[in-house]
Amino acid sequence: MTRPRLISLLGSYGVVLALLLLVLFGWARYDYFLGFFNITSVLRYNSMFALVALGMCFVIMTGGIDLSVGSTAALGSVVAALASPQGAWIGLGAGVGAGLCVGLINAILVTRLKIMPFVATLAMMLAASGTALLLADNQSVSVSYESGFTSIGQDNFLGFPIPAWIAIMAYVVGWIVVNFTSTGRGVLAVGGNEDATRLMGLPADRIKFLVYLASGGLAGLAGVILASQFGAGQPIEGVGWELFAIAAVVVGGTLLTGGVGSVGATLAGVLLLGILFNVLNFENGKGWISLSAYWQSVIRGLFLLVVVILQAKLSSRGSVAVRDY
Amino acid sequence: MRSELAFEMNTNSLLSMTGIDKRFAGIPALAGASFAVGRGEVHALIGQNGAGKSTLIKVLTGYYKRDAGEVVFDGKPFEVSSPQQAQASGISTIYQEINLVPYRSITENICLGREARRYGLLDWKRMHQEAEALLQRFNVRADVRRPLMEFNTATQQMVAIARAIGFSAKLVIMDEPTSSLDEREVAVLFNVIRQLKQEGVSVVFVSHKLDELYEVCDRVTIMRDGRTVKTAAMNEIDKIGLVSAMLGRAIERAEGHATAFSDRDEKKIGKVLLSAENLAINQIVQDVSFNVRSGEIAGFAGLLGAGRTETARLVFGIDRPRAGTMIFNGQTFDPHKPSDAIAAGMGFCTEDRKSEGIVPDMSVAENMMLALMPKLSKSGVIDDKAQRDIVERFIRQLGIKCSGPDQKVRELSGGNQQKVLLGRWLAMNPRLLILDEPTRGIDVGAKGEIQALIKTLADQGLAVLMISSELEEVIEGADRVFVLREGISVAEFDRDEATEDAVMSAMAHGSAPTIAEAAP
Repeated sequence: MTRPRLISLLGSYGVVLALLLLVLFGWARYDYFLGFFNITSVLRYNSMFALVALGMCFVIMTGGIDLSVGSTAALGSVVAALASPQGAWIGLGAGVGAGLCVGLINAILVTRLKIMPFVATLAMMLAASGTALLLADNQSVSVSYESGFTSIGQDNFLGFPIPAWIAIMAYVVGWIVVNFTSTGRGVLAVGGNEDATRLMGLPADRIKFLVYLASGGLAGLAGVILASQFGAGQPIEGVGWELFAIAAVVVGGTLLTGGVGSVGATLAGVLLLGILFNVLNFENGKGWISLSAYWQSVIRGLFLLVVVILQAKLSSRGSVAVRDY
Repeated sequence: MRSELAFEMNTNSLLSMTGIDKRFAGIPALAGASFAVGRGEVHALIGQNGAGKSTLIKVLTGYYKRDAGEVVFDGKPFEVSSPQQAQASGISTIYQEINLVPYRSITENICLGREARRYGLLDWKRMHQEAEALLQRFNVRADVRRPLMEFNTATQQMVAIARAIGFSAKLVIMDEPTSSLDEREVAVLFNVIRQLKQEGVSVVFVSHKLDELYEVCDRVTIMRDGRTVKTAAMNEIDKIGLVSAMLGRAIERAEGHATAFSDRDEKKIGKVLLSAENLAINQIVQDVSFNVRSGEIAGFAGLLGAGRTETARLVFGIDRPRAGTMIFNGQTFDPHKPSDAIAAGMGFCTEDRKSEGIVPDMSVAENMMLALMPKLSKSGVIDDKAQRDIVERFIRQLGIKCSGPDQKVRELSGGNQQKVLLGRWLAMNPRLLILDEPTRGIDVGAKGEIQALIKTLADQGLAVLMISSELEEVIEGADRVFVLREGISVAEFDRDEATEDAVMSAMAHGSAPTIAEAAP
């Protein structure tokens, strides 16, 4: 294997490798780390972030950004909670629908009105957050426990948390879309060189429209799980989710400038950041050290920097992760 | 003139464009241009900067909508509104800056937009095979799964061509395809072109390298000022003929002064200030030697792509040469960045005023002071009074027509914008000023003023290196003319030797006119 080839493989699978090392470390150090309870609770909690990060991954692959996902999830959770007395499915649909609405507005702002994604989604971040607070009257909205709505976030299916199933299905669909549909390849092409993509005759605007719509929908879905898991719509939750999602996407090797990205590596990025958090909790539990949540943020931030610096080094050598099919 | 251009409309014609007009904001870019390409023909399209070649191509590919004229392609009237439609109808364009997606694999770059599918999903195996097969026709072996950016320019060009062929193009337009290729790669490209020709595909070949045209092209169309001035078989026209048609100069013509450069006082020319030996960076600048004396205007003549601007960039430290030496003011000069050159006493008015020179929304004063700012400020605070004095002096001296130092540069005419730029560099008190196309896009009256100004500055002892595509500007303005051709400085003329005849001949053949070189 040639050296550049090796580096490029490291670029693609580095995040998976880091994830494995972290899991091994946790398994060796903590008694209950790979216990059923810990695994399912990590997955249950992180599936929301996984969904948001999946949408973010698509947006970033086109070279854009979606800052509104956190507020959209909060709005989704409030709308789902308000609709939950009508039935579990209606609550689910309402939450996702709210997310799609935000996504639709983002899509129109970016592709029709040609507003920079950063600005357009920043505006929608504020607007969605405000709407959520208005609808919830500035407090959390209790969900209906009779309609079965809470099953979505709290129950298991085949011994596995339902939110984790939802996230896995979303990632499988996302992976197929990126690797085996022309729209998916178009997503990467638009991010790689938008002008060339247009000259090649691909519907660049339609592709961008779809990714913002999808990102909104997935954020809405994450909001539904949030409401269901905690038994209440949370208008002030979701703050900083967009940053967590961006971090996970970047850790997964997706270039912020677009054109290069991987759905699988994004999932690994989410798990890596999630399990890092989990490991720090275990470490606190051991009593040797006591890290506050603030320190955990600092550690995550440093970790993100290391990854981004490594990424820049790799891509400056002309080898970035390109293939995942 | 146009009536003489009646093309023989042979029945074998694939494309014919006639009477094409295109205006931008009222200014004609094309005025009754015509162009015809036969089936299986390789047709060269040449012309100076601004002659209308690119506009003509963009009209053909639907990038621009024509204001008037007729296009017939493959026997039918041709109406397209986008490059995509043109591509679907059989016209593929390979742009100078390769328009592909560097991060994506070769296969994707070839197949995007017409992917093979199985069960509704992409069939990668088949697409890889197809891409490999297309490239093999041009003897290119490459791992089509690897991202495009891992390959050299020549391979990327082949991928662009393979993509065009994959769309079963009847006409492939290549816009300066050889500008970034080395000799061996050019040979491969030419084989590909010959192969396309054999398969009945027509090629439009835009290039400034005249030798290349004789190698692969059957016919040539020459454009100037938005018009088609000549179409001829390549074996019926020699290089001098090409150059004089491009420049619009009959060789034997002699005339009086056409520029405001007349009557330079040669006694004021001093010692050599800058000398450069064997500068090289890549194919664009291969071997350029020249020198400039104080109080002298040295001119760079050459066709587009001859490496004039690129040489100036080396001198000014924007790019770094791979080989060659420079001596400035008696000392070895090796600028790493423009500020080195500025510190040494150089100024550079770029060719592209709009994007590289002026800051349109800033005032006349601010624009003029940009380069001088570091010198004028005392521990970060700008000395307002000193600034004001300098600006007002230059507005007076250069005759800048503005309401005052605070008027926005955007509101000035092209000529006055150029003067502001000149003022910016003159305020630095430079010893050498590089002027790249100083009168481009400036109306006739202002042109004379700028030229007179350059002359005055040289008379005052400034060394000027002037790049101009207007032959008369170089010949009448410069005390000495250096001719660049395909990255090599091929000739040097003193003022009295620099006739249009001699300079054009050097531009075409790369040698002095005494050595007669017959076109193949």
